[in-house]
Formats: sequence, structure tokens, C-alpha cells
Amino acid sequence: MASSIRVRAQANGKTTEVQALIQHPMDSGFVKDSSGKLIPPHHIETVRFEHAGKLVLMANWGPAVSKDPYIKFAFEGGAKGDPLVVTWVDNLGKTDTLTAKIG
Amino acid sequence: MRKFRGAAALILVAGLLAGAAPAPAASLASAAADQKAFQDNFRSRFPAVPFADFANGPYSVNAPMRKQWEEIMQFPPYDFALDEGKTEFAKPFANGKTYADCFPNGGIGIRQDFPYFDGKTGEVVTLDLAINRCRQANGEKPLKYQTGMMASLTAYMAETSRGKPFDIKIPDDPRALAAYEAGKKYFYTRRGQLNFACASCHVGAAGQRMRGDILAPALGILAAFPIYRSDWGSMGTIDRRFTSCSAQMRSTPLPPQDPAYRNLEYFLSYMSNGVPISGPGTRP
Repeated sequence: MASSIRVRAQANGKTTEVQALIQHPMDSGFVKDSSGKLIPPHHIETVRFEHAGKLVLMANWGPAVSKDPYIKFAFEGGAKGDPLVVTWVDNLGKTDTLTAKIG
Repeated sequence: MRKFRGAAALILVAGLLAGAAPAPAASLASAAADQKAFQDNFRSRFPAVPFADFANGPYSVNAPMRKQWEEIMQFPPYDFALDEGKTEFAKPFANGKTYADCFPNGGIGIRQDFPYFDGKTGEVVTLDLAINRCRQANGEKPLKYQTGMMASLTAYMAETSRGKPFDIKIPDDPRALAAYEAGKKYFYTRRGQLNFACASCHVGAAGQRMRGDILAPALGILAAFPIYRSDWGSMGTIDRRFTSCSAQMRSTPLPPQDPAYRNLEYFLSYMSNGVPISGPGTRP
């Protein structure tokens, strides 16, 4: 099974630009299925990006975030070849993590 | 006097209509002439657009939208589907055979040859239909058309064919020509409560806005399929696009892979011969 996380991190001098795509249904809990039953909430609650053991970004996500969310940000520091650890945890306790290399 | 003038005008209009729409007997030569006229129309209307760029639909004719698209393409939203399709394509059926056994060249780099006219069954065969026939021949259940695994599989097969120009052939068979003519008729026939034909938007108003959307030119319009459409929030096949277009025109959509839709795909793909495959694509 391929990872649910895609990351591309590019170091350009002082900063590193990070893009990530996470495969997740992000069900809000307010949508009904074709038989009229509510689809229970199932969404990511926290997503963390760590570089060299240091947290560079943490986001609290909720039901308003879209399916298969995409995030883009930049942080100071980071060099080519450094590992970048991405982790998400959802409201059902499911989690996935991926270590990407900064390019 | 007035009445007379009205009648004269009517006769004049009738004459113009007859003159504007001569109905030459359909032949392979007339199909080739249709294709040339079709492509020349788009070339002359969008002289700045390189021919191969028509594979990129609305982005070929709208610069701001293209910029957004280029940003999106740094991280294409169809990536997950592509991976899923690749895995599924390699996975053997219960009998040990794979999709590769059903297609020429192991299913790699063949998207541009679909749809084709099958002389044995006398019908147009699309890639989606061929995939399901392959599954059924190997004792598997057919996939649902429009979304899901069908979109993922065709995404993978399109990806292996990127850059190869559409190469649709009309064999010298009256049934093939009839299928082409039926597709052409479907494309230009007005239907639905809005009284639109496919051509109203994708030929007549190509490149213009329909509310927030830019209408894609009909030339090369199928080259990017299947697509991840932001509006859908998921992948969709040509069937999904055809049925949703039908519904938008307030006409009753046909079932997926209906012969009429397959003929339409045959016509559109033949019109786009020479435009390279760019699928899977992303659309707003």
C-alpha cells in the first residue's frame, strides 16, 4: 500500500518550501450517503511537519477542510538531503507518517 | 402586401438553410474533409495556440487559468488515482491473467488508438468498454463506469500514452462510417430544455465563459481524460463528463457506454487526430 502522504520539499537558500498532499476522506459528519444515513465524521485533527527533530508546522484541522487536503508553506532553514517527517492523526485515532528528503 | 413579404422572407430563409446544409453522401473522403474543416476552424480561431496544446482543453485558450493550472500541476491531484491504477493494472485476475494479456503491446502506450471500430461486432469499442470486456472474459465482475477504479485504470493507461497523437481510423466499412455519422449527428443535434448541442458550447462558444467556467474547445477535448475535476472532487471518465454535460443541458443522460456516447467519442476522437494524449488531466 502506497503511503497516504505525498511531500515535495525544496530548499532554496534560506528557506525550504514544502508542499504536501494527503489522501483522506475528510468526512465532515454532516453529509448523508445515498441511503439517507449520516456519514460519521472522519477527518484529520492534527498534521505535523518536523525538521531535524524540531516542529516547523502543526495544523489543527477540522471538518471544514477538503477531502485529500493539500498544504503549502515555507520555513526558515533546511538543507538539501535533510529529512522532513510528516505525520497526521485523525479523529478515529488512525495515523500515517512519512519521512521525506528535502530536495 | 405585408403578408406577401413575409412569405417571400420565409422562402428566402428556407433557401438559405438548404444552401447552408448540403447533405453530401457520407464517405471516408467526406469524413476526412470534416476533420480538416473542424481542425482548421480551431486553428484559425486560436492562431496563437500550438496544435498540440489543444490537448490541454480550456488552459490552451485562457492565460490566467493556465497559470493556476501550472501551479496545480506541481502537485497533480490525480496522483493517488494514478498509483491505484498502476497497482490494479499489474494485479493478476483470479485465473492468473492480467489486463496486459487483453491489449496489444501489453496495454502500454495504446490510449491514442481508442476508441476503435470493431469489424467483428460492428460497434465502436472504447478503452473503458475494452477494460470491462477484458475483466468479463477473465471471469471478473465488470467495473462501474464513470468513477473509481475505472478512472484510475484509464488514468494509468493514458499516462503511459502521453504525447502520442490520437490515431483513430475509420475502416472501409459502411457500419464504421455509420457509427461516425451517428456520432457527428449527436454532436451537432440540439437537445434538452436549454436546446443546446455539444457544438453550441464546444465549437461555437469555445474559449468563452459559461458562468465561472471556460468552455474547452472540442478539438482535443478527450485527450486529457480521465480527469480530476475540482468541481467533482474526484476522478471522472469520459462517461462521467458526457452524462454530466447532458444533465447540464437539461436533457436526460444516457447510460454510460451507450452506443450513442460511444459513437460520439468515436467522432470527437477522430476529429482530434494528431492531438497528443495528455491524460490524466485536471480541470476546474
